[in-house]
Amino acid sequence: MSAHRVRSGEVSLAAWAQGPEDAPVVLLAHGYPDTHEVWAGVAGILAARYRVLTYDVRGCGESSAPASEGGYTLEALRGDLLAVLEALAPGKPVHLVGHDWGAIQHWETATEPGTPLASFTAISGPCLDHVGHWARGLLKHPGASLEQLLKSWYVLAFQPPLLGRALWRTLGRAWPTVLRRLEGIESPALPEGFSADAQRGVGLYRQNMLQRLLKPRVRRAQCPVQLVTPLGDHFVSPHLADAAEPFVEQLWRREVEGGHWIVRTAPERVARWIAEWVDFREGGPESHALQQARVHGPRPGPLAVVTGAGSGIGRETALALAESGCRVVIADLDGAAAQRTAQLCSLVGAEATPVVVDVGDAAAMERFAAAVEREHGVPDVVINNAGIGLAGAFLDTTVADWDKVLRVNLWGVIHGSRLFGRQMVARGQGGHIVNVASMAAFTPSKMLPAYSTSKAAVLMLTECLRAELAGDGIGVSAICPGIIDTPITGATRFVGQTAAQQERSRTEAQRLYRKRNFTPRQVAARVMEAVQRDLAVVPVAPEAHGAHLLSRLSPALMRRLAKLELTPH
Amino acid sequence: MNDRADQLQRFTEVQQLAYRCVESVAEELDPGITEKQAATLLTDWLEREGIDDWFHRPFAWFGDRTAFAGRWHPLKFFPSSRRLEPGMPFILDVAPVKGGVAADVGYAGSLGKNPILELLLADLAEYRSLIVRLVNERVPFAEISRRVDVLAARHGYEVRHRAYPFGVLAHLVTPVEQGPRQGSVGGFGIRTLTELGRQAWAARREGWSPLWNAQSNHPPVPGIWAVEPHLAFRGVGAKFEELLVVDEAGARWLDDDLPHVRRWTQAARGVAA
Repeated sequence: MSAHRVRSGEVSLAAWAQGPEDAPVVLLAHGYPDTHEVWAGVAGILAARYRVLTYDVRGCGESSAPASEGGYTLEALRGDLLAVLEALAPGKPVHLVGHDWGAIQHWETATEPGTPLASFTAISGPCLDHVGHWARGLLKHPGASLEQLLKSWYVLAFQPPLLGRALWRTLGRAWPTVLRRLEGIESPALPEGFSADAQRGVGLYRQNMLQRLLKPRVRRAQCPVQLVTPLGDHFVSPHLADAAEPFVEQLWRREVEGGHWIVRTAPERVARWIAEWVDFREGGPESHALQQARVHGPRPGPLAVVTGAGSGIGRETALALAESGCRVVIADLDGAAAQRTAQLCSLVGAEATPVVVDVGDAAAMERFAAAVEREHGVPDVVINNAGIGLAGAFLDTTVADWDKVLRVNLWGVIHGSRLFGRQMVARGQGGHIVNVASMAAFTPSKMLPAYSTSKAAVLMLTECLRAELAGDGIGVSAICPGIIDTPITGATRFVGQTAAQQERSRTEAQRLYRKRNFTPRQVAARVMEAVQRDLAVVPVAPEAHGAHLLSRLSPALMRRLAKLELTPH
Repeated sequence: MNDRADQLQRFTEVQQLAYRCVESVAEELDPGITEKQAATLLTDWLEREGIDDWFHRPFAWFGDRTAFAGRWHPLKFFPSSRRLEPGMPFILDVAPVKGGVAADVGYAGSLGKNPILELLLADLAEYRSLIVRLVNERVPFAEISRRVDVLAARHGYEVRHRAYPFGVLAHLVTPVEQGPRQGSVGGFGIRTLTELGRQAWAARREGWSPLWNAQSNHPPVPGIWAVEPHLAFRGVGAKFEELLVVDEAGARWLDDDLPHVRRWTQAARGVAA
């Protein structure tokens, strides 16, 4: 990394450059109250492939301060940017990435005709003029306006001449605690001069906020813009991203999991969003995530992966997802069945891809998950549904039987959850995993020891994973259907029975299940509800609700019922 | 020609007549026509041909009524004021009696293109060959119903003949005595109902039923059966209905020269070419 001093009018700016000199130029602009250090993680990653520039905003860190607060106008700040670019990347198109005030101030350059920017990525930083126009539509979105007003209390507090500075004199010391409480950031000791920088920086607000918000100009973006909107931002509500839409022709908008200081808390993710974007702007393909982030123009639907989608609950869930506008990857061991589901999905107007995969095969699942990410992107919804039936006494169940049922029913769910869960976390844009368990998960029975064990494990796995992924905005649900008329009954193995007895048992079970007449389509509707409302455990059909309730009210009664021979012989 | 061959010939003719009727009325269906109007067209067409009586009065279903969608009950079978719109599927179902024999046919189509209906119609061919094969293997009727359900599940279709009275996949069509009309009750000719009742009573003692459904736990019974697999997907229903001859020699469809069979043959030829 090379350090530079750049003169811009009355101030001297500290600037840094790293990464290959002939690579595309990415400038990372920090916000308030930060210094270029906030980008350390992201810059380190990006420098492997790009020429990365950073600098300290006037009055911050190692840059000198203007003589008076009047030196904080957008015009002066724009001059600083141009001076840095002239010194470190003369004549080169620049991909500018701004965070917080780093974005707010550089909208000024992105909306200036003849801009030197090749693209602009704004993370948690709207254009003040756009917000000014948006705020005039107060009556159209009173809730959103109120929400932003509550988040912007400090903007008002910074307006009177002395209050902002006084606030920072106190807040300055407490700042690490604020960051830890709000964002979970364990920051090192405050840099020297932090409090003074922060007090001076109030000028950013006093010189620009009310002026632009009350008298907004029409500022149209002069380059493509990527908005990154953290959904857990305490200072900038995601609604503000709406403000840009009328003024930006080429606009992409990513809604991401995370808080205001996401550049510091999730540098890998932020670096990937920037890299995807820069590569696309440099002429590479538009990634799946970017395609989904398009604001104008056709946007592909969310991506769903369903295992065991060749029949029963899996197929109906795939169809329900297809009808709701998802693109669906149809996985099944039976290629013809998967093909058929895909055909039905395309009849209801969805893009569907059939894939043959054995969910219990770790290597095959790894190849499958990688192929899905490569060809379709990271799934938004994953339904781990594939399962097989196994009935009969525990002592009649062989090791091979156990292997088979656990391999599909449990390992299939483990692989699906771990591989796609990891993709979702890395992407940082949330998602939902649904694991299809069963009412058998909480209903002990001497008739179904192996099957029930596998499903109980799925239920527990689901509840643990739900806790683990909650912080990443990824919902995890367990569906526990009761007696549903699906092809699984016709394929269930009954251990400890002759072939003829098995055939009879299957037919009898099918007859019972058909008479019950609760369809996979009804289950699919509940799966959709679980995804939409992020439900934890969803019993489906009255008998499942009853068993769920009873398992809590009277485990002793459940144990007694477990001794009954309920399924036909 | 012996009596039996003569009787089969008359069944074939009535069935041809019935299919000509539904095909020609299907041609006339224009946007905006109601089910009631379509049923009247069917009735008038057959009355002009001089039929003797009705096995049942004509039915016409449009749109998602072809799938018996929503909370279905028997009164909903009757023609309604639903209007036909472009792209909508329809089903016409007529059952005339002429010369002492009855036919009962069903015809599915759509006003303009409907991709779901096209798939359903193409797939119905599999049900036609499955059913006659299983009857020839003397598989019990109940089991055949179940196998039809399994095929429908594999296709991803709802089995909508379950919505018919008694959930029949097929029912017996017997020769009827010729005589003056006796009117109809609930859309079914009184003569038909009397005959069916008599049959059912006799069959009950012999351990079978003229109504072939999931409860028919007996091997195929000789006779002329009107077989009507009715399937649906996402509010689009389709069926065919035609006569299956079951006798000591086995089972065969009475006549292969029918619109849906001709279409499958042409499609197969198209694929082969």
